[in-house]
Amino acid sequence: MAIVTPLKTAAEQQLAQQYADAKAELPGGPAVRKLREDAFAGFEAKGLPHRRLESWRYTDLRTLLREARPLADGVKATDAVKARLAALKLDGLRLVLVDGVFAAELSDLDGIPEGVSVQSLADALVSPREDLTRILSGPSVGADDTGLMLNTALMRDGVFVEIADGVELAKPVVIVSLSSGVEERSVFHRSAVLAGAESKATVVEVSETAGDAAQQINGAIVIETGDGSEIQHIRLVTRQAAASVQVQSLLATIGAQAKFDSFALVCNAGTVRQQHFVRYAGEHSEMGLRGVNLLGGSEHSDVTLVVDHEVPHGTSRELFKSIIGGEATGVFQGKVIVRPHAQKTDGGMKSNALLLNEGASMFNKPELEIFADDVVCGHGATVAQIDGDQLFYLMARGLPRPQAEALVLQAFAGEAAEFIADESVRELVMSEVEAWLAAREANSQVSTV
Amino acid sequence: MAAVQETIDQVKSIDVTEYKYGFVTEVEVDKPAKGLTEDTVRYISARKNEPEWMLEWRLDAFRRWKTMTEPNWSRVNYPPIDYQDLYYYAAPKKGASPKSLDEVDPAILETYKKLGIPLREQEILAGVAPENRVAVDAVFDSVSVVTTFKKELAQAGVIFCSISEAIQEHPELVKKYLASVVPVTDNYFATLNSAVFTDGSFVYIPKGVRCPMELSTYFRINEQNTGQFERTLIIADEGAYVSYLEGCTAPKRDENQLHAAVVELIALDDAEIKYSTVQNWFPGDAEGKGGIYNFVTKRGDCRGKRSKISWTQVETGSAITWKYPSCILRGDGSRGEFYSIAVSNGMQQVDSGTKMLHLGKNTTSKIIAKGIAAGKSDSTYRGMVSAHRKATGARNFTNCDSLLIGDQCGAHTIPYIEAKTATAVFEHEATTSKIGEDQMFYCQQRGLSEEEAVALIVNGFVKEVLQQLPMEFAVEAQKLITISLEGSVG
Repeated sequence: MAIVTPLKTAAEQQLAQQYADAKAELPGGPAVRKLREDAFAGFEAKGLPHRRLESWRYTDLRTLLREARPLADGVKATDAVKARLAALKLDGLRLVLVDGVFAAELSDLDGIPEGVSVQSLADALVSPREDLTRILSGPSVGADDTGLMLNTALMRDGVFVEIADGVELAKPVVIVSLSSGVEERSVFHRSAVLAGAESKATVVEVSETAGDAAQQINGAIVIETGDGSEIQHIRLVTRQAAASVQVQSLLATIGAQAKFDSFALVCNAGTVRQQHFVRYAGEHSEMGLRGVNLLGGSEHSDVTLVVDHEVPHGTSRELFKSIIGGEATGVFQGKVIVRPHAQKTDGGMKSNALLLNEGASMFNKPELEIFADDVVCGHGATVAQIDGDQLFYLMARGLPRPQAEALVLQAFAGEAAEFIADESVRELVMSEVEAWLAAREANSQVSTV
Repeated sequence: MAAVQETIDQVKSIDVTEYKYGFVTEVEVDKPAKGLTEDTVRYISARKNEPEWMLEWRLDAFRRWKTMTEPNWSRVNYPPIDYQDLYYYAAPKKGASPKSLDEVDPAILETYKKLGIPLREQEILAGVAPENRVAVDAVFDSVSVVTTFKKELAQAGVIFCSISEAIQEHPELVKKYLASVVPVTDNYFATLNSAVFTDGSFVYIPKGVRCPMELSTYFRINEQNTGQFERTLIIADEGAYVSYLEGCTAPKRDENQLHAAVVELIALDDAEIKYSTVQNWFPGDAEGKGGIYNFVTKRGDCRGKRSKISWTQVETGSAITWKYPSCILRGDGSRGEFYSIAVSNGMQQVDSGTKMLHLGKNTTSKIIAKGIAAGKSDSTYRGMVSAHRKATGARNFTNCDSLLIGDQCGAHTIPYIEAKTATAVFEHEATTSKIGEDQMFYCQQRGLSEEEAVALIVNGFVKEVLQQLPMEFAVEAQKLITISLEGSVG
């Protein structure tokens, strides 16, 4: 019988070599080791995700990752890293990862509020916790994703945050993941936030690179929210070299009667693939996934989400806004699954894209998979240009075209950011949006379609 | 209260628990041995007296088919099909190319009478006002038994005949257009069809002619273990217009039967083709035994400027439906439309939708798809709207709604919306819901029974599509929807 050996790309071979070299020193007890081995075996069998895999149809990682960069080694707290940290104006419990490794000396460990415990993921991985495998695995709908498998196999560090039952945090937990960017490196990190019952918190994730070298980043965050909790997760992916490639996974499990919201802003970040896997573990919960993608040049942003309504009475809302110029590509793939017996599910998904000039593309694939009859589910997807009437209205009142466009675009993007409860976080998000629009306006760039 | 009485009568007049077209006609048939080899292909070609080029074309398709694998991406499950356990050709023995209706086997005529398909021109004239006449091409298993109103159509310059006849009489048109929309190797089933297609309709509307009547083909599978592979080719030359209807039924049998058709439409400058289907193949029994596998490739090519192709389909039959009537919007300013109602009940599986490929400038398309799933059925809408880089000004509106009746069925929506030009405007909306309790309450409170209320609400839900159907079909389609949903309440 002929044995079929799939041809491996250079990057796949390099990753296999890196895993073989690193696995002895990657942190974790026997259970974690098994998790890594299984994940890597899964990755080996399937290879890097490519466009013939339905869930990666529009982001061909096999082509994008011609070569796997060497794994980042050791914390490089360069001056640029320190300068960037100083420039980040956001109050809260600051936890810093540099090149995927928890940097205690740069973090604000003295300011840990009562009811919150923080450790590095490396420490958590070697702890004797019995629920570790469950926590790390996340929702089952993400189990066969090869991007995530690679993260599981190679995750080196991150932060492991636990918020006790009933604790309400006044200020956000800010996880800053900075790459030093001195050399081209690949980084695998994962963090976890376990929020207890009736807790209330905002978790901010910032992913940036301080230097100029393009990075290959594979990050993941696990969020488990307890019954009756209210958790908001805000992610900022920005300040990356144009050639950088990034996969960011969100693994969220929502308790009963809980509220969970996640928002992500992507701008000036090269190629970014975000994948959200969300599971409802309890009834009567509300969940929202939102995001803004500001794309130009040859940037590529892919938002893929799978929302798994396993139990009745779940509400989900998704809203993604994309503004696409240059030769950039936007991708939205949303899948809402309503399992049998998940009656009274209320789902609404929306993706809106504005294309600014020829060369820009948008691919939408909003899916519904429904096995219960007493549900209300809908989705909408639009692709269009800046509304001429709106521009006319503003220009008739004396605004020059670039300014009028900036105003319309700001309102368009702002709709997805409105729900952010923490004012300082919302302001930070909108200031990034405004800076992107201001740069466009300063170049007197106007829409040409 | 007229409407209520009408609904009750409608329910009464139809034998609701039975698939009413499930009878078998006893006719002597001529068929080759089971199985598919080059000899089968040669046999079919020889039986049809085809020219050498046609045989070569078929053999080429057959050789390619052998190298292909069956697609498995659709959301349907069925046991593997044994392609060697099928008959690929079955023709009634009596009256193989009849000169007139008198030469056709009376049993076959009886069948069409039972199905309510008028084959005698005088009967048609007697019953219906002249302006509502419909010309019919009746295909029984593998052959076309009769085509009506040929003379009158010929006067207008319209060619309407079976594809076998067209290969003999109009080889230049067939050579020019056959497989120009659905290439031979487009997909597994289309390639199979190219190798073994037996009959189907051929329509050519010359320049500037508005076809004087509706054209229609009625497909009937009768024989056991027989696959039906029909091929339809419709060409509307510059400025022409044609409305074409298609209907299909099959007897109730325990085994699954394969129906793999290919339909190609070509619209040149300013031409318009309206293609309507009422698909009512045997869906199998309540346990999912038997039924037709309906694996069909339908595609229209808006080749000319300002041309228009419109697909309307009402899908209630078939155990499995795998069908995506599509439009290639090649000509500048061309327009594609797709209106669909897919009703599934029992163990039926439907994976259907459309593709609108915008290639020309200022092309527009509209998709209205309504899926109704009941019983243990699964209904999937799968569609693609894409605008090529040069398709500036492309415009699409899509609306796909699903209605679920009962808690054991599934409804899925998988749309792909791809804009590669920044001047495209695409709108897509989809909803899934069950019949609102308030709607039911409103109807029942006014004296309708639960079942009548469901029928009324469902008819309202699909009205947008029904409106697109020609009159004769709209009535039939409305009845079909009532039958299909029987027993799904509660």
